[in-house]
Amino acid sequence: MESPVFSWNPLYDFQLMWSYPFMVNAFRAGAIVAVVAGAVGWFMVLRRQTFAGHTLSVVAFPGAALATLAGFSLSLGYFGFCVAAGLVLALMRRGREPGGSEESAATGVVQAFLLACGYLFMALYKGLLEGPQALLFGSFLGITTGQVATLAVAGLAVLLALAVLGRPLLFASVDPQVAAARGVPVRALSVAFLVLLGVATAEAAQITGALLVFALMVLPAATAQVLTARPGLSLLLTVILGFAVTWAGLVAAFYRPYPLGFFVTSFAFGLFLLAHAARFTARALERRRDALGAAFAGGAA
Amino acid sequence: MSLLLASADSAGAASAWSQPFFHHALLAGTSIALAAGLVGYFLVLRAQIFTGDALSHVAFTGAMAALAGGYDLRLGLFVSCVLVGLLLAGVGRRGKADDVVIGSAFAWVLGLGSFFLTLYTTSASGSGNGGAGTSVLFGSIFGLDGGQTLVAVLIALAVSLAVLLIARPLLFATLDENVAAARGVPVKALGLGFLALVGVTAGEATQAVGSLLLLGLLAAPAGTAIRLTNRPFRGLALAGGLAVGEMWVGLAVAAWIPQCPPSFAIMTAATVAYAATWLRPRRDRRPSALATAES
Repeated sequence: MESPVFSWNPLYDFQLMWSYPFMVNAFRAGAIVAVVAGAVGWFMVLRRQTFAGHTLSVVAFPGAALATLAGFSLSLGYFGFCVAAGLVLALMRRGREPGGSEESAATGVVQAFLLACGYLFMALYKGLLEGPQALLFGSFLGITTGQVATLAVAGLAVLLALAVLGRPLLFASVDPQVAAARGVPVRALSVAFLVLLGVATAEAAQITGALLVFALMVLPAATAQVLTARPGLSLLLTVILGFAVTWAGLVAAFYRPYPLGFFVTSFAFGLFLLAHAARFTARALERRRDALGAAFAGGAA
Repeated sequence: MSLLLASADSAGAASAWSQPFFHHALLAGTSIALAAGLVGYFLVLRAQIFTGDALSHVAFTGAMAALAGGYDLRLGLFVSCVLVGLLLAGVGRRGKADDVVIGSAFAWVLGLGSFFLTLYTTSASGSGNGGAGTSVLFGSIFGLDGGQTLVAVLIALAVSLAVLLIARPLLFATLDENVAAARGVPVKALGLGFLALVGVTAGEATQAVGSLLLLGLLAAPAGTAIRLTNRPFRGLALAGGLAVGEMWVGLAVAAWIPQCPPSFAIMTAATVAYAATWLRPRRDRRPSALATAES
């Protein structure tokens, strides 16, 4: 591809990009992945399950590596490994306080071992000259229309499941004890959520690579939850932010010779920092106003 | 690394034992495993495994940045890991950062790493060296030369010594932070110092098993030790011993079977040991704070 020139005229730029079929597919896939990863990631951040989420997202790598080695479909490798790892993590949580040190040690062992397996599969498969980097850091070039269709179906399934489970899951995430007392099946919900997380990461990993899925899940959600405490609004904001940074990243990666993951994570992290700065400023202003108000009231009295 | 695969292939299984690269790997691996086992024990006890996870990604970015800038890879490893370790200790209250903040930060750091990787592989110095990323991610312990081995051994022994020196107050601060602070233990300083040690260990372990797998070297022996005993100092010794033993088994297997990468063999040994503890019926365990008070 001759390096195209960014013209600052969005109409022209998008026309140029969308004249390449692979870019159209990349934008479609990016939109699906961003929305699904954002929505699931929002619950992940709310439930403080970032370590489990990160583990599930890197598991995509051994899945894809095994699929390459054994010669079956990549999608099967991604979905099979991520969902299986979600079930394993759910199984290991049984009868233990979530978030305990022992559970995180177990999660760490699972993650490192599966990554090592991925490396073994890669080493055994001599044919791939590029090495594991494409699987780890992703590639938005060469996404086929068939892949987009698979992504859309799986993404719809995840969103539907989230729509059904959303309310009880929110309840169980915010206050598990009260939810359990009210008869919400907290344990079953936590298993179901890990499986959903597995499906979502498997989906996103096909575009962003196994190592950068996590960025799409955690960054928009963390940003939105800093900006607003209202669940519906911050969920909506998460999806919008995820979508925006992914498309902006695609545009940047099309015009500059650097990887997509770098742009997406940088944009998302920039917004995250901005959100923190905004909250900090707002709080400082509020404190100042309170202090001024108190001083004024004191002076008047 | 293609170099190590080639040498392992040509040397054959039986004679790998007498090759210098194997001796280097054994020396460096033993000391690195000891440091990782000791540091990992406290990391698990303090529920900061996710910080180790974050540092494993930071290590990759640091190494890639150093390579892209034309510096020694280890310089980037140590500087980035120690800096980020201190930063993570600094932003959180009481020397512990929130998991979501850690996750957000290292997600971006990893994106930065992919940028440096591209920069390095497309630059003149790194052209035709696409394997560098892989060897940083997954380690190349059989590729260490004499000088690198010496430095790795010295740093790892220094880390182990430092952990043993601060073990008592650190344990106190870990098990009961408020009481420790009230008794005049510098809790915050210990948290900072400990994360700096974790950073150095992460840099060391990256050379052995690679940045992606160092989490296993930190978590598995420590997790195994904690499941086996609830006496802290016995657990600490057990974690160090287990890590060294698993490193030896892994290296031996990798020398025996040339197709098997050493990082995979080491991780498998560690995982098998950890999984074995799940087969054993659990004793009724008291909280470890009680055990400390009695020991």
